[in-house]
Amino acid sequence: MNFTLKIWRQKNAKAKGKFVTYNIENISESCSFLEMLDILNNQLIEKGDDPVSFDHDCREGICGTCSLYINGRPHGPDDAVTTCQLHMRRFKDGDTIVIEPWRSGAFPVIRDLMVDRKAFDKIIQAGGFISVNTGGIPDANAILIPKDKADTAMDAAACIGCGACVAACKNASAMLFVSAKVSHLAVLPQGKAEASRRVQAMVAKMDELGFGNCTNTGACEAECPKQISIDNIARMNREFLGAKLGAQKQK
Amino acid sequence: MTVLDSKTPQGALADKWNNYKDHIALVNPANKRKLDVIVVGTGLAGASAAASLGALGFKVKAFCYQDSSRRAHSIAAQGGINAAKNYQNDGDSVYRLFYDTIKGGDYRAREANVYRLAEVSGDIIDQSVANGVPFAREYGGLLDNRSFGGAQVSRTFYARGQTGQQLLLGAYSAMSYQVNKGNVEIFSRHEMLDVVIIDGRARGIIARNLVTGEIERYAAHAVVIATGGYGNVFFLSTNAMGSNGTAAWKAHKKGAYFANPCFTQIHPTCIPVHGDYQSKLTLMSESLRNDGRIWVPKRKEDVEALRNGKIKPKDIAEENRDYYLERRYPAFGNLVPRDVASRAAKERCDAGFGVGETGLAVFLDFSSAINRLGKKVVEERYGNLFQMYEKIVDENPYETPMMIYPAVHYTMGGLWVDYELQSTVKGLFVAGEANFSDHGANRLGASALMQGLADGYFVLPYTMQNYLADQISVPRFDTNRSEFDEAEKQVKTLIDKLMNVKGSQPVDHFHRQLGKIMWDKVGMARNKKGLEEAVKEIQALRAEFWKDVRIPGEINEVNPELEKAIRVADFLELGELMAMDALHREESCGGHFREEYQTPDGEALRQDENFMYVAAWEYKGEGKYEMYKEPLNYEFIEVKQRNYK
Repeated sequence: MNFTLKIWRQKNAKAKGKFVTYNIENISESCSFLEMLDILNNQLIEKGDDPVSFDHDCREGICGTCSLYINGRPHGPDDAVTTCQLHMRRFKDGDTIVIEPWRSGAFPVIRDLMVDRKAFDKIIQAGGFISVNTGGIPDANAILIPKDKADTAMDAAACIGCGACVAACKNASAMLFVSAKVSHLAVLPQGKAEASRRVQAMVAKMDELGFGNCTNTGACEAECPKQISIDNIARMNREFLGAKLGAQKQK
Repeated sequence: MTVLDSKTPQGALADKWNNYKDHIALVNPANKRKLDVIVVGTGLAGASAAASLGALGFKVKAFCYQDSSRRAHSIAAQGGINAAKNYQNDGDSVYRLFYDTIKGGDYRAREANVYRLAEVSGDIIDQSVANGVPFAREYGGLLDNRSFGGAQVSRTFYARGQTGQQLLLGAYSAMSYQVNKGNVEIFSRHEMLDVVIIDGRARGIIARNLVTGEIERYAAHAVVIATGGYGNVFFLSTNAMGSNGTAAWKAHKKGAYFANPCFTQIHPTCIPVHGDYQSKLTLMSESLRNDGRIWVPKRKEDVEALRNGKIKPKDIAEENRDYYLERRYPAFGNLVPRDVASRAAKERCDAGFGVGETGLAVFLDFSSAINRLGKKVVEERYGNLFQMYEKIVDENPYETPMMIYPAVHYTMGGLWVDYELQSTVKGLFVAGEANFSDHGANRLGASALMQGLADGYFVLPYTMQNYLADQISVPRFDTNRSEFDEAEKQVKTLIDKLMNVKGSQPVDHFHRQLGKIMWDKVGMARNKKGLEEAVKEIQALRAEFWKDVRIPGEINEVNPELEKAIRVADFLELGELMAMDALHREESCGGHFREEYQTPDGEALRQDENFMYVAAWEYKGEGKYEMYKEPLNYEFIEVKQRNYK
C-alpha cells in the first residue's frame, strides 16, 4: 500500500510548527500504524533527514503512552483501540493521512507529535489516591465489596491516562479522566472515607492547570480507547456538589 | 573460596525473616528526614519501594524514562498475582507457594529468598486492596481466585485481564500520595546513565533529561535499581519498546555482579512474527491454555495444503491432528510450565509441522471449548483477548484457531543481590525483575507481580533501613564532588563518541541483527557450537555498530535515536555475556536448554553435581568477565527432577 502523510513537525515547545508531506510506499496491510512510522523514520535517517518524534512504549494498548490525532480523530479511525493497535488495513491504498499531536493548552508540544501530559500526574497527586501508608492493613477479605461495586470501580479504573478525551473535546476538558479516578475510588468502601476531600482537590487542580469545562458533547466517551463512560462525569458532579454542600454545612 | 555472601539469616526457614526483622538496626523519624534515596524505575518494584520508603519518612527521588511513572511495563501484565491466602480452603500455604516456586524455577533459586516471598505474598493483597485495586469479587463480596500454571491450587488474584495495570496504578497512587506529602519527587523522561560511587558506596546517579538532553546529577545515601528485565536484547519480545538493560548494565560496569544472565523466559503463547518490519510481539495470556488445545497437523501434506491456502484448519480431521502437548505430557496436557510448552512448539516447527506463512506457528484451538461450554462462556472468559487477537491478525478466533508461537517475555537473570537485596556494590539495591533472586531458571505465571511488590512494599523498607541506620551522620552529598565530575564526563564521552560515528545505518539495523543472533543461537535451544559462534558474531556486530551507526539530530534536544543507540550499545555487551553464561552452564535447567543435555525423550536434564550454583559475573573490561559461584544449598526441600508427564 502507498500513502501520503501530512505530519505535524515542530522542533520544540517554542518553535512554530508546520505540516510536512511525506510519501511512503510498499507498506504491508498487516503493518501497525506505528510500525509504518518506524519505516518512515528509518527511511528519513538513511536520507540524512530528522526522524519524526512520537510517544509510544508498550505497543499493546495498555500503557497509554501513544497518542496521535489521525485524520481528525484521537487514536485514528478504529473504535476502542489505541494508535499502537491500529493497523494499516484500516486505510485505503493511496489515502492521505493527516497526523497531529494532541492539541490542548494543558498538554504543550515537546517536539513533533510528542506532548507533555504531566498535568495528569499533577491531578492524581492532588488527591487521586487513598491516604494509606504501607503495612498495618487489615485482611483483604475484611471488607466485603459487592461484585457490582467492584465491577463499576474496575470499569472506571481501566482508564490508561492517554489524554484522548482531552484531545477529542472542543473545550479541552479533562473531566472524563478526572471523573474516572474519582468514580473508581468513590465507589469502593475503602475510598469513601476521603471521597469529599478528594473530589474537591482534584477538580481544583484540574481547573488550575487550564483544562476546559464539560459541555456534555460526549466526544470524550466516543473517542476513549478504553470506552470509559460519561456516567463517571455525572457521578463526579454529584460527588462534587455533595462535597460542597457538606463543606458549607460544616462552616 | 567464595566472595559472595548471601547474608541469609540463621535458623529454621520459617523463622528467618522474622528473626531478621527483629534484629535490624532502625532509623528514628527525625533522622529519616535527613536521608535521601534514589529509586530508578517506577514499575511495581520501583513505585512500591518509593511509596513505602517515602511513607517511612525518607526523602525519595524516583526516576523513569517514560513520560509518566504510571506507564512502566508492569502495566502490561494480564493474568494475575499469586498469594498464599488459602481463601479457597484448597490446601494452599506459605510452604506450598514456596515449594511450587522453587520447583518451577528448576531448583536454581535461593531458598530463603523464595520463602520470604511466599511469606509476604498475602500482605501484598491486603495492601493493594487498601490502595483501591479493584480485584475481581464473588457475589458475596469476597475476593475471587483463578488457577495458573505450575500449581494445583487456586491462588491467583486478578482484575479482569488487566491485573498488572491495576496493581501498578495502586502503587502509582500510593507514590502520588507521598508526592502530595512532600516525601517523593518524581523525575519522568529521565534515563539513568551511570551510578556514582563515593568511597565504595553508591551515592548518586547521572541521568539524561530526555526533553532537554542535559546530563544531570543527583545524590543520595542509597540507590535502588528497579528497571526491569533485559528481554529486548532479542529485539523482538513482549517487552515495551523502551524497556532496556542500561541502568543495570551501567551498575554492573561499576562493580555490581550480574547473575545467571542466560536465564531467559520464552513465553509459549504469543502472536507469531508477521513481517520484517515488525517492532514487537504481543502476548496472549497463559490463561488461554485452560481451554485452548494446542496442535499441528500430523501429515506433511496437510501442512503444505494449509500454506498454499488449499485447505483451512477446520478441514483437517481430528485423527490427522497432533495435540502434541497432550500426547507428550498426559498429566499436565496443555498446562505444562512455560519453558516446556515453548520447547515443544519449537520441536514440532523444526520438524517441519509448523503452520502459518513462515512455518513458525502452531494452532491454539478453542473449537472443543466452544462445543463444550458454548460461545458465550468462552467469550466471557477470553473476550478481550480474542478481540485483541482479531485486531492484530484480522482473523476471528471463534471460527478459526489462533496461531501462536513462543516469544521472549521475561529475564530471570539480573544483578546479583544478597538476602537484603543489596548488590555487590554497597548501598546499591536491586528490586523486581532487575535482580536475579527468586525465580531460578524459570518463572511461574503470576509470580512477577508478586515479586515486584514484595521487594518494594515489604522487603526494601526493612533491609534499606538496616543499611541506612549507620549513615545518619553522613551529610547530604554535594553533586560538585569529583566523583560526580568523573561519572558525568564518562557519560558525555560515550554520547559524543556515539554521535560522532556518523555512519550509514540506523540503530534498529544493528538491534535487529543482534536479536537474530540471540534468537537463533541463545534462544530456546542452545548448543556449544552455536553459542561459540554467537559470542564471535556479537563481537563483530559490536565493532560494526561503533563504525557504522548513524544517529541523527543533536545531543541537547529530544532524540529518541540517541536513546536507542545508548541502549543498544549496552545490549551488544550484555548479549555477549548471556552467550558466555549459557556456554559455561553445561546442563539444561528451566528456560536454559542445552541440546547436549537432555533425556532420551527430549526433556531438560540438570547436572546438579556440577551446576547447583548461581553464576555471578564481574565486569573486567569490555568482553572480559570473572565468574563467581554462590552454591545453592537446599536444606529444607528435596531436590527432584521435574516431571510433568
